[in-house]
Amino acid sequence: MDVFLLQLLNGLDKGAAYALIAFGLTLVFGTLGVVNFAHGALFMLGAFCAVTLQKILTISKKVKDESITFFDAYKETPYLEIWWGDTGAAIIDWVIPISIFLAIPIMLLIGLSMERGLIRHFYKRPHAEQILVTFGLAIVLQELIRAFFGANPIPVSAPEILSGSADIGYILGMGADYLTYPWWRIIYVLFSGAIILSVFAFLQFTTFGMVVRAGMHDRETVGLLGINVQRRFTIVFGMAAVVAGLAGAMYVPILPPDYHMGMDFLVLSFVVVVVGGMGSLGGAVAAGFLLGILQSFSSLNEIKNIIPGIDQIIIYLVAVVIILVRPRGLMGRKGVMED
Amino acid sequence: MSNDDKKFDELSRRGFLKAGAGVVAAASAPAFFMKDAWAADFRNNPGRSKTVKFGFNVPQSGAYADEGADELRAYKLAVKHINGEGDGGMLNTMKPISLKGDGILGKKLEYVTGDTQTKSDAARASAKRMIEKDGVLMVTGGSSSGVAIAVQSLCQEMGIVFMTGLTHSNDTTGKDKRRYGFRHMFNAHMSGSALGPVLKKEYGTDRQAYHLTADYTWGWTQEESIKNTTEAMGWKTTATVRTPVGAGDFSQYITPVLNSGADVLILNHYGKDMINSLTQAVQFGLRDKNVNGKNFEIIVPLFSRLMAQGAGDAIKGILGSTNWNWSLTDAGTKAFVKSFGQEYGFPPSQAAHTCYVQALQYADACQRAGTFYPPEVIKQLEGHKFDGMGNGPTEYRAEDHQAFKDVLVVRGNENPSSQFDLLKVEQIVPRSQVEYDAKIFGGELGPYVV
Amino acid sequence: MNKQFFQSDLGTMLLFSVAILTMPVWLDPVGANYPDLLQKFAIFGIFAIGFNILFGLTGYLSFGHAVFLGVGSYTAVWSFKLLSMNVLPAIMFSMIIAGIFAIGIGYLCLRRSGIYFSILTLAFAQMSYNMAYSVLTPITNGETGLQLSSQDPRIVDNAFSDAVVEGLPSTNLFGMEMSGYPGFYFCAVLLIIAFFFSLRIFRSPFGMKLQAIKSNQTRMRYTGFNTRPYLLTAFVISGIYAGLAGSLLAVTDPLAGAERMQWTASGEVVLMTILGGMGTLVGPLLGVGIIKYFENIFSSLNSNRLHEIFSWLPDGLEDFVVTVVSHFVGEGWQLTLGLLFMLVVIFLPGGVMEGIRRTSTVIKNYNAKRSQNKEAVTAAASKESDDGK
Repeated sequence: MDVFLLQLLNGLDKGAAYALIAFGLTLVFGTLGVVNFAHGALFMLGAFCAVTLQKILTISKKVKDESITFFDAYKETPYLEIWWGDTGAAIIDWVIPISIFLAIPIMLLIGLSMERGLIRHFYKRPHAEQILVTFGLAIVLQELIRAFFGANPIPVSAPEILSGSADIGYILGMGADYLTYPWWRIIYVLFSGAIILSVFAFLQFTTFGMVVRAGMHDRETVGLLGINVQRRFTIVFGMAAVVAGLAGAMYVPILPPDYHMGMDFLVLSFVVVVVGGMGSLGGAVAAGFLLGILQSFSSLNEIKNIIPGIDQIIIYLVAVVIILVRPRGLMGRKGVMED
Repeated sequence: MSNDDKKFDELSRRGFLKAGAGVVAAASAPAFFMKDAWAADFRNNPGRSKTVKFGFNVPQSGAYADEGADELRAYKLAVKHINGEGDGGMLNTMKPISLKGDGILGKKLEYVTGDTQTKSDAARASAKRMIEKDGVLMVTGGSSSGVAIAVQSLCQEMGIVFMTGLTHSNDTTGKDKRRYGFRHMFNAHMSGSALGPVLKKEYGTDRQAYHLTADYTWGWTQEESIKNTTEAMGWKTTATVRTPVGAGDFSQYITPVLNSGADVLILNHYGKDMINSLTQAVQFGLRDKNVNGKNFEIIVPLFSRLMAQGAGDAIKGILGSTNWNWSLTDAGTKAFVKSFGQEYGFPPSQAAHTCYVQALQYADACQRAGTFYPPEVIKQLEGHKFDGMGNGPTEYRAEDHQAFKDVLVVRGNENPSSQFDLLKVEQIVPRSQVEYDAKIFGGELGPYVV
Repeated sequence: MNKQFFQSDLGTMLLFSVAILTMPVWLDPVGANYPDLLQKFAIFGIFAIGFNILFGLTGYLSFGHAVFLGVGSYTAVWSFKLLSMNVLPAIMFSMIIAGIFAIGIGYLCLRRSGIYFSILTLAFAQMSYNMAYSVLTPITNGETGLQLSSQDPRIVDNAFSDAVVEGLPSTNLFGMEMSGYPGFYFCAVLLIIAFFFSLRIFRSPFGMKLQAIKSNQTRMRYTGFNTRPYLLTAFVISGIYAGLAGSLLAVTDPLAGAERMQWTASGEVVLMTILGGMGTLVGPLLGVGIIKYFENIFSSLNSNRLHEIFSWLPDGLEDFVVTVVSHFVGEGWQLTLGLLFMLVVIFLPGGVMEGIRRTSTVIKNYNAKRSQNKEAVTAAASKESDDGK
């Protein structure tokens, strides 16, 4: 199989995740001007939407294992399977795609209430205080998740039919077994592309989007025109939460989620946003894919043998170079978060 | 507080001379008299106090918080049993035993807890709090080798005995061994020796192995140990690749395996890294592949039930080694699983087991020594042989303070009969097969008196 | 005017010194009186004061300041290993090396401002952390951390003495061991000196210029004023402070680990400063106290301890209270810390210092009302707000 193409696919897959997280972050960060350290927590909450749904769907009939006397050990059969047989099993199998429909309303609700209850009061406060309050919120959210689900990662698989690999090489006419790649990762790339495009289209082609974009440039003038920018910003925040949540829910089969996964992605997502340039949605997406692909290629043995440890620092190294060469990242707008 | 201690020191010193002299003098008469009256004046001497304290230093936040919670459960149980509450657990099965179920040397056992956060600095800060503020006699716990080594060297400086928790690196009782530190858990070298014959039987002698290794000291020692074992039985090592800790997505390291011509993947990862890399390796279809006319295999040299739980279906059929599993059927295991299960409603993990044994063994050594004076307790532990604690005959080897005992080779259960039945014990590898010369790792224990 | 300033500074310094040196006394009732925690208060106090010189005065938020802490620690341990167990050379070298790192990193990062600056500093720190954890293991001893060993050369020590010491030697200041309370008093004296320097910087023309840069850098530039050298000086000074703190970590406990440079460590000092009150002199120290207290004391409260604490309650109520409280202490300590961050910043913009200022205003107003002396009120209030800035 072709190593180069495989690493490119890996890069795209990583990039899709980075881009999707950074996309939501930059909606809030680059446009509303709020440094949201709780964005990683939103990603984590999305993943736990899938976990919760799995827990609900697999509520089981428990048959006690009588050979064990000191504690209760059960052989579990989900009620869904008992009641509906294969249909029930199929529903459980497809838990992740189904969880998307759960994640959208839940994340929207979380996003809206976060903005209404907390973030709104911090638009005019210094960035330092935004950092403290959102970081505090992130800790609280992750500790709550830990209280319910523990600290151990929780496995949720992709649907059986999608858990294998796709023979891309065959499909593209390069011959069988030339290039195979897991279905779910391909779906993740396509899914993230679809989400990014639809949000772009929404902002680009609807009146709502137009007002939001105008508001990003000059909130006061838009406000003077008698348009309620505040309400639209609330909705933008909700959208960002949904995007982050979906990124998390769909990522579950690739990375078994635990309560800390938000923090693990937090720093990275800020780097991606800033490399992309503040206030630029396109920049965040481009930076996400760029960093993902570079990270993949730097992990090749041939490269690691020349520069040991390069795969561990490549993202930061590229970030330094880009920010030093281009003052506002890849596509940053002038004057956004520069002071 | 400290004034009181001084007063008690004076008194207990005399008491100690009277009570302990007979037992101790026989073992080390000249050294003992040279130390003279200062012998009893050691850090955190309980003196005439009616209680003694242990410090349980476990991860309560971070990636190993669940393991830490289980360790703490086991410790609480150990305290109960030592104080004669509950059903006594392994006190009923361990041999030899001096503990009487009335505390240690007639003093009731208490404990304090702390959070290591699986960070060396935080773990040392927490241990120092226990030693300086709470006055503990012994510190124990932890869920990573880096932390174990950091706390162990601190305890050596402070003159407080440290009974390690979960630590698997060769360095803990090798390069970085200390007089005041003892390990019950097995290590990477023993994992290699135990897995070797099983791998030979299962997968033959003609294999190409590809290592993915967590890029820090534990990963390196395990990679080295496994590589030595497998190469000795004829396997070839195609490549050893270092992966950053906490990489999350390992795809960029897994795809090169597909083309490397290797037919075995060895994952030298632990905890979250292992769960992620194994899940993803299976996702990339490695296990369905056929390379060199052989079925592609994945090996995880060290795993635990909690990790098996996190990896879900991916772990099924995977070979590895573990320190202990609750499904063993010896009397010690049964007694422990019974009291743990009845107390908490689920079986203990290997981390819980090793911590429980460590706490009991330290307490028993104090009882045998007839004093809490660390050098004497250490001498009691060094070379001590015991049985009935779940791993068959066990010995804390005097040369490096590593416990030698049987090692379990396990396989992820294909058909679990319950939610806890995740590991199947494939083979109990006898102690003789995993033993090695203490000199191969270097290091020195350091002095008894600090 | 000058005399008045000097007097108030002198008063502040005296008060501060007494407060710091008597910490073992007044921290005893809350269970924080033991050497390690006292040392940590003093050391992270130095770190936060230094950080505040950059962040509080110039508004430049460095998210990678822990790199200097780590560099300081590694340098100090290497100094112990190679030269001498005496702490003075270790501290000197740490400050010098941290300063050199700060010049390099600062020179590059200060080419950008705002969030771009923050991410540049973060990137440098993360690169250092990742390298120290893995590839640079020969220098840093990786995950395990750099430790002393009995085979260390210690050239200077061995040249002057050939006594064979069993075990590892301890760090000392010309024979005085630097662990336990002596270690704390040593750190405390350095903290007082560090505080004094920071006070002088805040009040100096240099400090004024930095504050001017914070309020409007563009305008400063238009007046033909080159801001970069001033910013770099502030950055290097605060880097040296961090190096000093790092070396003291090694002095009181000779071990240096890579995780000291991780972004969480950098983030911690940012949180400490904001929580206490950025730009104030004492605020960062309060932030240090709160966070370290939570990390070390709150995390150690298990249900046994809680039962002891609440044993004065009636039995049923005691159990209930312990069950509720136990979710917020012990393994739940981070939850409480998170809640505290939110509450402080929601209700006290400006951090804990703001709370103290408000309380003292309330008390003053109350007293003033009682004495019916309105003139005194306004005088006190205006003086108060001047002092606070």
